[in-house]
Amino acid sequence: MDFATFLIQCLNSLQYGLLLFLVASGLTLIFGIMGVINLAHGSFYMIGAYMAFALAPVVATTFGGGFFATLLVGTVLAVALGYVLEWIFFSFLYEREHLQQVLMTYGLILVFEELRSLAVGDDVHGVQPPEILAGTLPLGEMMTYPVYRLFVSGVCLALAIGMWFVFTRTRLGMMIRAGSTNREMVQSLGIDIKFLYRVVFAAGVAIAVLAGMVAAPVSSVYPGMGNSVLIICFVVVVIGGIGSIRGALLAALLIGAVDTFGKVLVPQAAGVLVYVLMALILLWKPDGLFKAG
Amino acid sequence: MNHIDRSKAAFVAACFAVLALLPLLTGSYGVDLVTKIMVYAIFALSLELLVGATGLVCFGQAAFFGIGAYAAVLLSPASEAAGLWWLLPVSIVAAAMYALAVGALSLRTKGVYFIMVTLAFAQMAYYVVHDTPLGGGTDGIYLYVKPALGSLIDLDGSLTLYFFTLACLVAAFAFLAVLLRSRFGRALAGIRVNEQRMRATGFSTYPYKLAAFTLSGGIAGLAGFLFAVKDGFVNPELMSWHLSGAVLIMIILGGIGHLRGALIGAFAFALLQEFFKSEAIFGAFAKHWHLGLGLTIIASVALLPRGLVGLPGQWRERLIGRSRSATVGQEAMNEA
Repeated sequence: MDFATFLIQCLNSLQYGLLLFLVASGLTLIFGIMGVINLAHGSFYMIGAYMAFALAPVVATTFGGGFFATLLVGTVLAVALGYVLEWIFFSFLYEREHLQQVLMTYGLILVFEELRSLAVGDDVHGVQPPEILAGTLPLGEMMTYPVYRLFVSGVCLALAIGMWFVFTRTRLGMMIRAGSTNREMVQSLGIDIKFLYRVVFAAGVAIAVLAGMVAAPVSSVYPGMGNSVLIICFVVVVIGGIGSIRGALLAALLIGAVDTFGKVLVPQAAGVLVYVLMALILLWKPDGLFKAG
Repeated sequence: MNHIDRSKAAFVAACFAVLALLPLLTGSYGVDLVTKIMVYAIFALSLELLVGATGLVCFGQAAFFGIGAYAAVLLSPASEAAGLWWLLPVSIVAAAMYALAVGALSLRTKGVYFIMVTLAFAQMAYYVVHDTPLGGGTDGIYLYVKPALGSLIDLDGSLTLYFFTLACLVAAFAFLAVLLRSRFGRALAGIRVNEQRMRATGFSTYPYKLAAFTLSGGIAGLAGFLFAVKDGFVNPELMSWHLSGAVLIMIILGGIGHLRGALIGAFAFALLQEFFKSEAIFGAFAKHWHLGLGLTIIASVALLPRGLVGLPGQWRERLIGRSRSATVGQEAMNEA
């Protein structure tokens, strides 16, 4: 492997890792704070990707906008979707056992997949990146790197910094952190925990949908894409330590690197490497790398 | 035995009696379908021992199922029937040995971490058969001649297989029912309710959990063996996390904490699938069968907090609640 290839693989692993972080951060937030194992989280990623494909023509005719307008409209829709979903399907589940939540979110996966199939069909689609970002950057003499992939990394980084800021520097972030530590205490201090949960859930959904929309031009859009990302995101969440955003970031970058370089160096064993890594880390640290709280 | 225990036993006995008589009523399609569902029921029972009895949520159960299935196919001679008397125990032991190894390591973790470590080990087994030529790779392998026990039992016949599977199901159910009533089973229940307290009373909990995990793997291996013999074909999908998830969904749907919940759940899940897939009822919409299944599952979570097993109890409470409020109303009127 020469230096340019190595550099490209580094950039790829960074981009993949950051994208995983986006999806996994919503999962870890929802699990860490609300205690809900949300199997349907991968479906939100899938919904996002299909939005990037199906929403673009609609947005173009109504607002005359392009890719960025689609991102904006999609995010707004996602927040609304998350808010309503929490209200209808999750608000009565908190007192129940975790396994009941697993069953419910499994049902939601089936429903989302089938609604997607009814609405857009089962074909695989490609999504074009916007024209401003369609170019490539030269790397070395022979290699080039697509600008859009750099853009994906940039968006993910910006969101990660934004989340860090909200979490550690704002009143909302303080309430969320407090809510994850002790629900009853926060409630008795006069904070509307139900509203807080709804906001967290909506934010988690919006981030996953946004990740799906941004990823669509890189990964193409196909049925079942939500399920494959879901399992990897659970791996990220438990390696990082449940509820820990910092842990999720580190774990996502680690998984991104192991997966990307694994595919290049040992292609026949690439699939299994991630799981071997997870098993080793959890046997070494049974609570993940950074345990929250 | 109080009357509730007796009615439960009567219910299970009635179920098995119906299953024994079913081939008289249905054609070969029904026999084939119910054989498959009974295999899933054995598989669900194996997971119930972990989730319901011990409180360990395993998300890698398909690996043990798959190992039982692959062992049955790989160890069968190519052109003659393998002896059932050795192939069945060997397949079960192979699955149990893998479970012993996985359990020994993953029982160091707890809760969601345990769920994910068991998934990790199942995925490793999946990729071993998926990416190496050992088990035919992604294409899978065929079992050309099905195992037999001399001339007495030949699992090639679908009716023989049906009754053999039924016998295995009854045996697995009876074994678990006795096991859970034994001292060992009580210890598992204690671990489920409060592991700290069990340790404080002097139980070393780790060997108990490991034993439960190994037994569960063995029973899952039995289910896998039957599945391979029934289909005459194995592929890596038998070890995929989708199957681990599906079997978990079956026992939650049926109702955690009851052996018959696993039976009911397996039948409910598979029959719902058949129902929503049926083109005779839904016509062209049948290919969107996930939608109906998903909505039914969501409705069952909303309406049946204790699973299908809890349904009679819910009805009873409702009736009693209603009659009680009626008598209270009557007394109030009498006083007035």
